[in-house]
Amino acid sequence: MGFLDIDRVTKSFGGLKVLHETDISVEEGEFLVLVGPSGCGKSTLLNMIAGLEEVSSGQIVINGRSMNGVKPADRNIAMVFQSYALYPNMTVRGNISFGMEMHGIPKKEREKKIAEVAELLQISQLLDRKPGQLSGGQRQRVAMGRALTRDPDVFLFDEPLSNLDAKLRVDMRTEIKKLHQKLGTTIVYVTHDQIEALTLSTRIAVMYGGYVQQIGTPQEIYDNPANLFVAGFMGSPSMNLFPARIVSANGAPAAEISLSDGRSAVLPFAGRDGTGEEGREITLGIRPEAITEPDGADRKSRAVHVVDSRVEITEPAGSDIFVVTQMGGKDVTARFSADVPVKPGEDFQFAINMEKAVAFDPKTEARII
Amino acid sequence: MAISDTVRHRGAADRLRDLLPKLVLSPSVALVGIFVYGFILFTLYLSFTDSRILPSFGWVGWQNYGFLFRIRAWDTALTNLVIFGTLYIVICCLLGLLLAIFLDQRIRAEGFIRTIYLYPMALSFIVTGVAWKWFLDPGIGVEAVVRGWGFESFTFDWIKDSDMAIYTIVIAAVWQTSGFVMAMFLAGLRGIDSEMLRAAEIDGASTMALYRRIVIPQLRPAFMSAFVVLAHMAIKSYDLVIALTNGGPGTATEVPATFMYSYTFTRNQMGIGASSAVIMMLTIAAIIVPYLWSELREKK
Ligand SMILES: Nc1ncnc2c1ncn2[C@@H]1O[C@H](COP(=O)(O)OP(=O)(O)OP(=O)(O)O)[C@@H](O)[C@H]1O
Ligand SMILES: [Mg+2]
Repeated sequence: MGFLDIDRVTKSFGGLKVLHETDISVEEGEFLVLVGPSGCGKSTLLNMIAGLEEVSSGQIVINGRSMNGVKPADRNIAMVFQSYALYPNMTVRGNISFGMEMHGIPKKEREKKIAEVAELLQISQLLDRKPGQLSGGQRQRVAMGRALTRDPDVFLFDEPLSNLDAKLRVDMRTEIKKLHQKLGTTIVYVTHDQIEALTLSTRIAVMYGGYVQQIGTPQEIYDNPANLFVAGFMGSPSMNLFPARIVSANGAPAAEISLSDGRSAVLPFAGRDGTGEEGREITLGIRPEAITEPDGADRKSRAVHVVDSRVEITEPAGSDIFVVTQMGGKDVTARFSADVPVKPGEDFQFAINMEKAVAFDPKTEARII
Repeated sequence: MAISDTVRHRGAADRLRDLLPKLVLSPSVALVGIFVYGFILFTLYLSFTDSRILPSFGWVGWQNYGFLFRIRAWDTALTNLVIFGTLYIVICCLLGLLLAIFLDQRIRAEGFIRTIYLYPMALSFIVTGVAWKWFLDPGIGVEAVVRGWGFESFTFDWIKDSDMAIYTIVIAAVWQTSGFVMAMFLAGLRGIDSEMLRAAEIDGASTMALYRRIVIPQLRPAFMSAFVVLAHMAIKSYDLVIALTNGGPGTATEVPATFMYSYTFTRNQMGIGASSAVIMMLTIAAIIVPYLWSELREKK
């Protein structure tokens, strides 16, 4: 039993099942991020935790108390919305204080709490303005301030940063993380931005099509995706996924890939033995940072293999340069350090770190290796 | 030669195209100019003359206005306007708001109910007046029906009572317009961000608090529009009074518009009638001009 338990919860709207049976257990103080593409049911799950939607079956337990039939206001949760949802007719002070008023907290205490929260979020000088007179970032802070006054068991965030511009988004991201470290409150945070998910969370639940595809720490999700969807969704630039075939090399499994000019290369997987699956078609997954120039390869890795391939395009990105080549008939992105003199159209050596390679069944999309 | 010809041609066509909208609009502009603004100015002028049965041009200065405010019937008309206007606006707004909130609860058959509420607005005030006149008539209306059920002592004869008759006009006018006001408020309610309502739910706002503290304050623009529409309808109300009570019993339900009509056209006091019309126009302007001013300023 965790602090927040989502226990065999499902959700249907009429005949349409938007969330299939879901079990997630969140420990106290965790920062769980629900991430997935649009329409996968993230907001629906969050709204059920908040009590804004009924569960169709199963139950949600917060701090040992079953929440079925409990009103949102009595769940001891606080929520920050994508559109901020500030009350336009009230000042910032009124917005922050409203929830406390509704919970019958005396004026003295409210004033104290407002000052405290405003201090924490650096909005003290804005308290007497109306939301219409604030910038996006300031509104965001007020929305968080409103949530903070509650000392909730669980904070719920529904894409709180998606209305901000890129720069502000990064700043607010850092601030939310700081806030979490300072307060230690349990947070469930919805986003469709996988970078936000990786940077903020202590644990990630990747959702797709009404199913939770995988739950794990950011590292687990990144290094050990459970299936093809998770592998392709998480990471930027995304993982290279291309067809390959399993062969046996010295009694250990290896991936045979075709290169641009009809040649092929055999890349043994690291530290795995016995196959019995020779000839099986797979989708090989290798992240761009696991394909480098030979000098840049991970020295600790026991399975770096160098192949020659033609450089198609180079995309300089400051400290790195992304190099696109063909493997298995697909464009594959490699990440070289910026001082490597690569030119499009020339052959170059690519060092592939097979310790980081993963493989999927092309049909079921499940992880094999 | 040929080239300059086509150029000149196109120039003429272009000029015609530019001119066309103005050409098409100019008759209506002229008509509005003459029959609205021209006659407003003419009435203003007449109010300073000694016109009786026909316009005449003997300048008498403020004399008509002096007379006007000494006439008992004008006094009654103004008092009635205050009573009628206040009750009409307040009750219509309250009732309209209540109906809108009720309809906003996502009830079934909403479209049907909304149409029913809106239908009275489709009637002319004359029809409303006549229907309510029968309905309120003690001999054939509510009183007769309830007595027919056996409640012999039931009385409802406001329409025949000079102290109460003005309230029957309020009842009929409210019946006619509150559906329209409801539609205005409903549009306002539907415009409120649903995430905000969810936020309020999480904040623990009761339904009362939700409407009182969050929703209704955001309906301010709808209130403003409703007020302006209702106020000018109240001030110029004429047909309803004529059809329902014809200003009676006696002069008990005289309002400025009926006063203006009777002095101008039946009592041969056109000068005084004109001055009462000017007073009405100034009252309406006093309401509408600030409204337009604030609306247009906000747009900038
Ligand atoms: N009230 C509703 N009635 C019917 N279907 C709904 C309702 N609310 C959501 N859905 C459906 O449920 C699915 C999941 O919706 P949800 O809002 O949870 O998606 P999401 O993951 O939050 O997407 P986004 O990233 O776009 O916000 C969608 O297919 C949506 O069409
Ligand atoms: Mg959503």
